[in-house]
Amino acid sequence: MQTNDGQGFEADVIVVGAGGAGLRAAIEAQSQGARVAVICKSLLGKAHTIVAEGGMAAAVGSVDPRDNWKAHFKDTMFGGKYLNNWRMAELHAKEAPKEIENLEQWGAVFDRTDAGGVMQRIFGGHTYQRLVQVGDRTGLELIRTLQDRAVAGGLRVFMEHTVTKILLRDGAVCGLAGYEREWGKFRVWKAPAVIIASGGIGRIYSVTSNSWEGTADGQAIAFEAGAELMDMEFVQFHPTGMVWPQSVRGILVTEAVRAEQGILTNSEGERFMQRYDPKRMELSTRDVVARAIYTEVAEGRGSPHGGAFLDISHKPADFIKKKLPSMYAQFMEFAHVDITKEPMEVYPTTHYVMGGIRVEAETEATNVPGLYAAGEAAAGLHGSNRLGGNSLSDLVVFGRRAGLAAAQYALGQTARVEPETAEIIKAEREMLAPFELETGENPFAVQEDLQNMMMEYVGVFRNEERLTRALELLGPLQERAARVRSTGSRLYNAMWHTCLDVKHMVRIAETIVRSALLRKESRGAHSRVDFPEMSAELQKVNSITRLRDGNAEVEYVERAPMPPELAEIIGEKSVVPA
Amino acid sequence: MSVDPKAVEEREGPATATARYEGAVREKSLRDQARTGKTFTLKINRGDEGDRVGRWQAYEVELASGMVVLDAVLSVQAHQEPELAVRWNCKAAKCGSCSAEVNGRPRLMCKTRVEDFKLDEPLLVQPMQTFRRIKDLVTDVSWNYRVNEKITPFKPRTDRPWVFYQHDVERAQEMRKCIECFLCQDVCHVIRYATEDKPQFFGPRYFVRSAGLDFHPMDAEDRVGQLKGKGGIGLCNITKCCTEVCPEHIHITDNAIIPEKERAVDAFSDPLRALLRGGSRKGSSGS
Repeated sequence: MQTNDGQGFEADVIVVGAGGAGLRAAIEAQSQGARVAVICKSLLGKAHTIVAEGGMAAAVGSVDPRDNWKAHFKDTMFGGKYLNNWRMAELHAKEAPKEIENLEQWGAVFDRTDAGGVMQRIFGGHTYQRLVQVGDRTGLELIRTLQDRAVAGGLRVFMEHTVTKILLRDGAVCGLAGYEREWGKFRVWKAPAVIIASGGIGRIYSVTSNSWEGTADGQAIAFEAGAELMDMEFVQFHPTGMVWPQSVRGILVTEAVRAEQGILTNSEGERFMQRYDPKRMELSTRDVVARAIYTEVAEGRGSPHGGAFLDISHKPADFIKKKLPSMYAQFMEFAHVDITKEPMEVYPTTHYVMGGIRVEAETEATNVPGLYAAGEAAAGLHGSNRLGGNSLSDLVVFGRRAGLAAAQYALGQTARVEPETAEIIKAEREMLAPFELETGENPFAVQEDLQNMMMEYVGVFRNEERLTRALELLGPLQERAARVRSTGSRLYNAMWHTCLDVKHMVRIAETIVRSALLRKESRGAHSRVDFPEMSAELQKVNSITRLRDGNAEVEYVERAPMPPELAEIIGEKSVVPA
Repeated sequence: MSVDPKAVEEREGPATATARYEGAVREKSLRDQARTGKTFTLKINRGDEGDRVGRWQAYEVELASGMVVLDAVLSVQAHQEPELAVRWNCKAAKCGSCSAEVNGRPRLMCKTRVEDFKLDEPLLVQPMQTFRRIKDLVTDVSWNYRVNEKITPFKPRTDRPWVFYQHDVERAQEMRKCIECFLCQDVCHVIRYATEDKPQFFGPRYFVRSAGLDFHPMDAEDRVGQLKGKGGIGLCNITKCCTEVCPEHIHITDNAIIPEKERAVDAFSDPLRALLRGGSRKGSSGS
């Protein structure tokens, strides 16, 4: 079926994803004079960035003048247990303040201090008050500001479109194939440069703070186009997801609750963080707090619905409603819990993937010519564990860099290369395959089984036996995903959409399991009960996953040594893991 | 291949602090706790493109404690009607995607609890009636995005550095809470009862957006002329339906529309002010 009529939209740079990274990249590419389009699976302005609550880390020093890029760099590296790409951590710390200024110039309205500057709050793992914020809806402010800026610049947005394939010619990017979600029509986009800014993978797990969109599409299509993935074993479980009612299981409870002095207790009323991190207590790094809550519940000291208590009710009700308005509403409306009077119940939820597409620090270029990646879809900045607040700043710092580099690359390509017709037809056949099966699997059932399996075997704590079992169970799941079937038409058909999504999910699930098996140590978010210590040797390597003859193969690759001026900032700890 | 908790227990031995993992056992126990043993009837108005009337289809849904309408709709999609079209994203009332009409009232399905209704009668879910249907509960909201493009963007003041305070931004911040669910556009009778062509009227969402920009202490633009002209703010007769349905509890009528209407009157009825329109006191009204 040829529905494209041979037509394709042409641009210099196409961005996949309209979250913070995608929009920032598009704005920058446009400012370079490139013709840019953005493709997103949902409506514009609904990207998962909006769920980011607490703030955006940037050493502007508006509240605490002692803060500076070096301190931010040091905290980020320590939080990531030194597995971070040090150059990315350096650029991030240096450039985040400038991005705050850009956002303000584009109309963002951050909370203010009494001195008339931007308000900043503290978050786990940050030495100073560093998170620029808008109450607990900072992500929405970021998205709306970037969205308005991009729309004012005349950005072309393909809303409710899914990309299923990166089109290559002679190994370089020449376009994308996909479909309109609303009407089901096939689409081709032609461009020499593509930026993957499609977010995370949380939907691979059953309990997650991610929306339905986090199905690893960007990582999967890049991987299939030959891009390398890095550090896929590092999946962040946010310590505080909602537990009850079942319907809101996994929904995020912002770290801002703890930043505003919320305390964690177990069923015995004990403030248990003093046993896990007496110095930083509730504001320890996310990996530590998640393991602590997990262990408290596992050892029988959980709340009625199997969580920990998170209590902010010792603060005045007005303060809570002012500082945490959406948390107040979320608990009141969903759980009928008044957080100004009673504690919340919380438990870890799959939140973020530190691993992703391997990129160069300066340009966000992948190993595939013309392919770039930024934001959660890319790897490197956060190492083995991301600090709260470092994601929003990641999006704008590296979104800008990706947009800049992709535009320069694209504008430098004088001859335009057309995608091959045979490749386009092949991509369309793959999209149609779920309709052509007489019998097949229900994609929702395959997705649910995958999510349960990953939660069960590849969660907060891992060991060799369970990871091996996960790999065994993935085989049949991948076979089932290969023969999922859809009924009905292509008109806004969730069953068909899920058929295509679930193939990406099983593909990326495998890279997570294989990387987790390879890394025989506990570091950051990757906790192996059979290897509980951090290994100085393994600090020197990243796990890189490549596609070879259709199979995912993972191996360690040596990391570049840190230059002395950066090592000096960190001090002793850069050599011996903490 | 669903994970069998018993097999896990057998293989792993009894749970201990370090050997117990989250997953099937725990999740099943939570699901069991949520069971009420009751069912209810959910009627969804379904239809294909452009079908204004649609057809009501009834589904029996197991009632879980704390369930929201979106859970019920997604459970129908996963287990009974896989082709059912519904738009949703965050499921936490932050993205404004799952707008629909529940028992005739515009609501976000993700924050409407099923148990808040009398369930001896069917619960009725239909798409937003103001917008053309694409399929089932999904409507074509692209008109809103086209209206948005007409609004003059933020224009930063050039006198820097900027020093301003929390009390200067609170009015703008209220407007910027908007999650673009379009329920206010759906309920607004100026838009709702217009025929195929939508009127020369921005609608509440875009009065809110314009006000958010006008209230920004560092914005050097004034949108009052635009609101009065192609924005059609004069057509609003302040019935406050938009304010009532706003899931973010923005005081759309009192804090956005009325102040902008007042400024429009000031700016256009006073000839001297009309001359000096660029300098009208946009930032200070009501504060």
